[in-house]
Amino acid sequence: MSTPSITRTARVPRARRSGAPAESGRQRGAWARRAPLLPALIFMIVVTQLPFVGTLVISFMRWNALDPDDVGFGGLTNYTNAFRDPALRSAILTTVELTVTVVLVSLVLGLGLALLLDRRFLGRGIVRTMLITPFLIVPVASALLWKDAIYNASFGLVDGLLSWVWKLFGSTHPPQPDLLTSFPLASVEASLVWQWTPFMMLILLAGLQSRPTDVVEAARVDGAGTWQVFRYLTFPHLRRYLELAALLGSIYVVQNFDAVFTLTSGGLGTANLPYAVYQTFYAGHDYGEASAEGVIVVVLSLAIATFALRTVSSLFREESLS
Amino acid sequence: MTAATVPPSARATVHASRPGRHSRAARRNGRLLSLLAWACGTLFLLPFAWMVLTSLHSEPAAATNPPSFTAPLTLQGYREFFGAGTGVSPWPPLINSLTASVGSTLLVLVLAIPAAYALSIRPVRKWTDVMFFFLSTKMLPAVAALLPLYLIAQHAGLLDNIWLLVVLYTSMNLPIAVWMMRSFLSEVPKEILEAASIDGAGLLTTLVRIVAPVAAPGIAATALISFIFSWNELLFAQVLTGVVAGTAPVFLTGFVTSEGLFLAKLCAAAVCVSLPVLAAGFAAQDKLVQGLSLGAVK
Repeated sequence: MSTPSITRTARVPRARRSGAPAESGRQRGAWARRAPLLPALIFMIVVTQLPFVGTLVISFMRWNALDPDDVGFGGLTNYTNAFRDPALRSAILTTVELTVTVVLVSLVLGLGLALLLDRRFLGRGIVRTMLITPFLIVPVASALLWKDAIYNASFGLVDGLLSWVWKLFGSTHPPQPDLLTSFPLASVEASLVWQWTPFMMLILLAGLQSRPTDVVEAARVDGAGTWQVFRYLTFPHLRRYLELAALLGSIYVVQNFDAVFTLTSGGLGTANLPYAVYQTFYAGHDYGEASAEGVIVVVLSLAIATFALRTVSSLFREESLS
Repeated sequence: MTAATVPPSARATVHASRPGRHSRAARRNGRLLSLLAWACGTLFLLPFAWMVLTSLHSEPAAATNPPSFTAPLTLQGYREFFGAGTGVSPWPPLINSLTASVGSTLLVLVLAIPAAYALSIRPVRKWTDVMFFFLSTKMLPAVAALLPLYLIAQHAGLLDNIWLLVVLYTSMNLPIAVWMMRSFLSEVPKEILEAASIDGAGLLTTLVRIVAPVAAPGIAATALISFIFSWNELLFAQVLTGVVAGTAPVFLTGFVTSEGLFLAKLCAAAVCVSLPVLAAGFAAQDKLVQGLSLGAVK
């Protein structure tokens, strides 16, 4: 089957090279190549790029839905107002703290779990399934679970277990912290770490399993210990996977809305940028300022995205080499 | 390389002696690590297990402190979630979620498969630029496009319309789908495609008869991931839908202010709404990684 096909395709270009029809044929070929791409490309430009241009335009306008008669060009007022607003400045800080904490902690935990699961043992498949469950639960459902079934100060699991343990030792006065009120941001972060650690683990596990085993074996034969193998072979190999996991995680966590909205409704200093934009738009009806805040979110995300694209393009280079 | 410098006989002895020398310590370490893995798995599953257990308790048993692990099990929470007694049925939001997720997943596949074909099997020039354009749309936060979309929908009378979500979820998942599909289609053997083109097959025939069957597992994985992300989405649904087109996550937010008064019912609701995604995710565990890492990591 393959041999005749090779000879026949080889003959086609030679026949085409002879005259003018070849030119138009090649052009038609180029369009035939592009055509399947166009619907997806046009769809994406219309649905994502045009609205963003709209946001950009509105961000320079005076436009509050509660005051529909006063709509017009506002210059940079929305931006200066946004930056003068202490709530937005705190939202920026919250976003940074939330993202950095959640990504770093879940990355470290994910690495540990990936290393644990990168060995054969009884029930490895079951343990992996147990570990990815948090990532699959609908985010609102998991936020509600943490808010009402775990953190709740009257009958949540945390305080319930404290009572239970204290009772075992005969005490009737167990500590009953109200975690969501006392440590709001840490509580949100803990629930997000629970949700994102499996994601980090999955990517790092894929990285570990793509590690060439013969090199590791050779190193072992040469007398390398477990730590040395990890430090000089596994870790360098994993570096790109660690970067990829961190960057993809950051992209998703920066945009997090569900947990903040559900757990604290942005209260107690947990409002991040997406929640702040939502509130300016949904509760404040200030379209101009909400758009300005949206643009600020984009600028911050672009900083992350630049690094992300660089990482991914290094993966591409590796793929085209191999 | 280094291993090759060791004479074969020496390597054999090293290999043979290793289990003997280290066996007891290694086996004990191995058993400890396995135990640790099981403990971590249990710890991560615990909140979910607690949610399931609570959903099976009666309301008074669910709201006790210290918690009751042995209270009799009941399906009361599930009955109440499905509207018994309260009159609020979860079926419209569940059906809306299903419509939005399945509808957008189909649209994603219709758009992504030809695009991935153009980017992998017969790559257009500058295909990497196109790939990066798709990826960059994923890095634009959704809130940045929310307001114009809201205003357009308002003027077009599309607010609270589930088909608006179908379009938006398609744009949300299309970049990931293109990336995934490209990596799956790259694995279609070139010989088959050449044979098809010699037999005079057009684009559509090639896609439907040749590419689709070979890439079927990849297409299924892409579909599952697109389904999961659409089913889980909250922000667009919260802002752009309301009474008629509210999805299951929006329905769940109705529990936010109830302050755990109906803990068993709430947990039953959370389990029910998560069930389709859990099933899809468990079915496609391996492919999940490839999709989430945008097809870049194999």
